[in-house]
Amino acid sequence: MERTALLGRLTWRLAGVAEVVPETARTATLVLDVAGWPGHRAGQHVDVRLTAEDGYQAQRSYSIASAPGESQLRLTVERLDDGEVSPYLVGELRAGDAIELRGPVGGYFVWEPGAGEPLLLVAGGSGIVPLAAMLRRRIETGDATAVRLLYSSRTPADVIYAAELERAASLEGIEVIHTYTRSQPQGWTGYARRIDDAMLAEVAWPAAHGPLAYVCGPTSLVETAASGLVAAGYDPAAVRTERFGPTGG
Amino acid sequence: MDDASLRLDGNAAAGLLGELFAVDLTTARCCCAGCGAAEPLGAEAVYVSAPGTVMRCVHCDHALAVVVHGGGRYWLGVSGMAWLEIPEPASA
Repeated sequence: MERTALLGRLTWRLAGVAEVVPETARTATLVLDVAGWPGHRAGQHVDVRLTAEDGYQAQRSYSIASAPGESQLRLTVERLDDGEVSPYLVGELRAGDAIELRGPVGGYFVWEPGAGEPLLLVAGGSGIVPLAAMLRRRIETGDATAVRLLYSSRTPADVIYAAELERAASLEGIEVIHTYTRSQPQGWTGYARRIDDAMLAEVAWPAAHGPLAYVCGPTSLVETAASGLVAAGYDPAAVRTERFGPTGG
Repeated sequence: MDDASLRLDGNAAAGLLGELFAVDLTTARCCCAGCGAAEPLGAEAVYVSAPGTVMRCVHCDHALAVVVHGGGRYWLGVSGMAWLEIPEPASA
């Protein structure tokens, strides 16, 4: 297993942009080469820092999208129009540029094969990013953990990693369930509303199976899903959450 | 906005804590001096909208710790914690 127990305080390092891959109209994946990258675990994030010519600095946290075994570090970033950092990362940044980052950070919201199963992943919008890293980890290691992913998006066009998730869902032991809150494809018979207790009751593994759950997305979705799972009998310690703040960007 | 919409998870403070500590404190269990409940710091509530970063107990909302950074210094207030149980880092 890759170890990230780098002893020493966090320091900023330079990451070279190898590629910027558009994912949806508002998101892109930054493919980065980071010299001396110590490795990471699925679910961790990095802090990205931009420095203006006058010395002004802005810093944001972004989840790592790539699995630990991949050769390059991938961050998927959503552009928030009134943001300070994301409009630059998604729109201005080009291959050959460099950004400053530090990490990986956060050892709590992480998953490794053997952490527990069955595994429930609940994502809202770009909250899919760290959960996709977990799914990729599950696939790259050939682990057999049973996984269900419940993914809430506004429209089908807002689904990040759509093709990859479809491929993942064809693998043994992986199920992907979408809900589209704003508009649905023609003939859609699946979920067409925000995640609620009734949906969780249908999708989530029964508490008696001893599931482990990771929930990531906007604060309201995380609150609803986490409290719903605990009310359904999930061990609170087995429901790990990562809320997006209101001050992202 | 109400408090709930500003709330983040303890893992959001991982970078800031990493500036100060060589071990990952988000996996350390923290005992609230207010109610006595112990949770990993990564599972506690964090608010970053104040002038500093405030960590609060998810059970009773007691302020566990406050970190303010500015003027070339850090102020770290930890009177809300009874103890921290810190996992020994795995050896490489």
